[in-house]
Amino acid sequence: MLEIKNLHAKAGENDILRGLDLTVRAGEVHAIMGPNGSGKSTLAHVLAGRPGYTVTDGEVIYKGRDLLALAPEERAREGVFLAFQYPVEIAGVSNVYFLKAATNAIRKHRGLPELDALEFLALVKERAKVVELDDELVKRAVNEGFSGGEKKRNEIFQMAVLEPALAVLDETDSGLDIDALRIVAGGVNRLRGPERAMIVVTHYQRLLNYIVPDFVHVLVDGRIVRSGGKEMALELEERGYSWLEKEPAAAPAAGR
Amino acid sequence: MAAVAEDKDAYRAGFERFVAAHAASDPAWLRERRTAAFARFVERGLPTPRDEAWRHTPVAPLTQGRFEPADPAAQPSADALAAVPREGFRGATLVLVNGRLSTELSSLPSDQPGVALGSLRGLLRREPGRAEPWLGRVADGRTGVFADLNTAFAEDGAVVIVAPGAILKEPIHVAHLSAGDGAPAVSYARTLVVAGRGSECRLVESFTSSGATASLTNAVTEVVVEDNAFVDRYKLQQEGASALHVATLAARLGRDARFADHSLSFGAALSRNDIDVRFDAAGGDCALDGLFVVDGRRVADTHSRIEHAQPHCSSRELYKGVIDGQARGVFNGLVVVRPGAQKTDAWQMNRNLLLSREALVHSTPQLEILADDVKCKHGSTTGQLDANALFYLRSRGIGEAEARGLLTWAFASDLVRKLEIEPLRRAVGRHLQARLPGIAALAEALP
Repeated sequence: MLEIKNLHAKAGENDILRGLDLTVRAGEVHAIMGPNGSGKSTLAHVLAGRPGYTVTDGEVIYKGRDLLALAPEERAREGVFLAFQYPVEIAGVSNVYFLKAATNAIRKHRGLPELDALEFLALVKERAKVVELDDELVKRAVNEGFSGGEKKRNEIFQMAVLEPALAVLDETDSGLDIDALRIVAGGVNRLRGPERAMIVVTHYQRLLNYIVPDFVHVLVDGRIVRSGGKEMALELEERGYSWLEKEPAAAPAAGR
Repeated sequence: MAAVAEDKDAYRAGFERFVAAHAASDPAWLRERRTAAFARFVERGLPTPRDEAWRHTPVAPLTQGRFEPADPAAQPSADALAAVPREGFRGATLVLVNGRLSTELSSLPSDQPGVALGSLRGLLRREPGRAEPWLGRVADGRTGVFADLNTAFAEDGAVVIVAPGAILKEPIHVAHLSAGDGAPAVSYARTLVVAGRGSECRLVESFTSSGATASLTNAVTEVVVEDNAFVDRYKLQQEGASALHVATLAARLGRDARFADHSLSFGAALSRNDIDVRFDAAGGDCALDGLFVVDGRRVADTHSRIEHAQPHCSSRELYKGVIDGQARGVFNGLVVVRPGAQKTDAWQMNRNLLLSREALVHSTPQLEILADDVKCKHGSTTGQLDANALFYLRSRGIGEAEARGLLTWAFASDLVRKLEIEPLRRAVGRHLQARLPGIAALAEALP
């Protein structure tokens, strides 16, 4: 589904990604871990097409197409979803309206008929249950006055409605208490499926107790220095990252 | 300076003709007020770019054009009539063509308990005493030279007098329509609203003009809110792209009186709003808000002045501007707190959204506080669309143009939501929908 080859990218003027390789197949969940500043969030943003990042080398092939050539909205319509680390508050636009506009933009792109208000509300009601999101929050302005946990739940709720093929979760766990983390992870787990791939970017191993990944990759200085199974996360929790930062980059294990 | 003198001569000749034509029908007090207003105009002249109040607003189109008085008997075209936002208004609608009330086009329900509605000219003929305390006194010399010209030249207008204690359920719609043959012409739109003690009313004033008319609308609205009364006024300005619009709103508030004004400026090449609110007694409350949306090379200017002359009064002001293309927005808000106006509570905010690099805004909030036990706050922000929000929407599949439209709508929506008159809210929604891409179902977008 996704093939990242030798990706080099700058955030503003700074070189952040320095030759990243990663292959993700449908149905797989990949965890990306690494110390602060290693390039985890840059990777997430580059995949979603956030302005302010420049790809200087390498390529990203998504479903056989050059992902980097697509505008952010085109990526979304093709099934890429980014759960934001810092979801944006948009006063004056209701969650429901925003999601309906997004859903119908995506459906139109795929040649599907647009959902009318009733059909859409039924969908929203059902999907809000995935993350136990209150009806009242669904109707409120996008993320306005939401707590940190509610914002993250809202991200997963949006993912549940938009049904992406590739979901990139950027530190969806940071700042969550354990109850909120359980709800968010529970929502993510319910959205796992054979047709859907996920890249879970996290700073803390704790999340991976709840979202059990198929693969764990360690990102240091803009490159994947080590890849392994879920048990590697525990090792990282114990030993930290410093021992990896000193080691020369290992050949990245892509996929299986 | 020769040009200025020439201007004055042209106006003077016009005024002499006007006085001769109306000498018989005007009451003596009105003749005096017209003469005094015209004398103030002669003394001050039309504004120049050197006038502080016009420093950021290009005055040339207003002062260089030769505007003949618009024909009050003109027949507006079907298009011009269709532009008047009448749909959904169930109450009385007064239609004024080039300043004169058209009984044919107006719809005045026969039984209007608690309110006297109609033509100012008619009132001056029948019961001039009811206009005498206010007409030309609420908007006095302080409100500027265009208001003076209106006082001197307005031959008719709309009048709304609400009886003490009357609570009017349906909003009254005063529709001002500029209709011309394309030649530069000025119409003087005049409205007088007097809300008697303890009464409540809602008033919508709409301004439209027929397509290509290079018209100048010079409007003056005088509002008197007597003790414990409430006037909620809405203004929708949708004049044509080459129209010039200069409007004065002057309000006086009695004890515990409440006044609200909501101003929506969407049309005209140049639109200027001068607002002057005075608290004449303690306990008054005034809320002013406004939204202007300009693009191309258009200019929208709001100057407000709220005078707290009495204790325990509060005022709230929120003006928002959306400026695109090479357009320009001007806001100047002055709040004056006189000595002795203790416990004044005043809040003023101006927010502007620039949608292009060449868009420009001049924002000047001012407080002048001469009392020592008051709560006053003001502020001003000018910015562009939030890049993070834009990316957030796009990352969900919403196209860039639609995302910009949605965020622009979001910026303006709190003011639109406040419009409590449903047909007006819908008219505003339709207007913004036509101007912002991607806003398919505005009602649903409201949180």
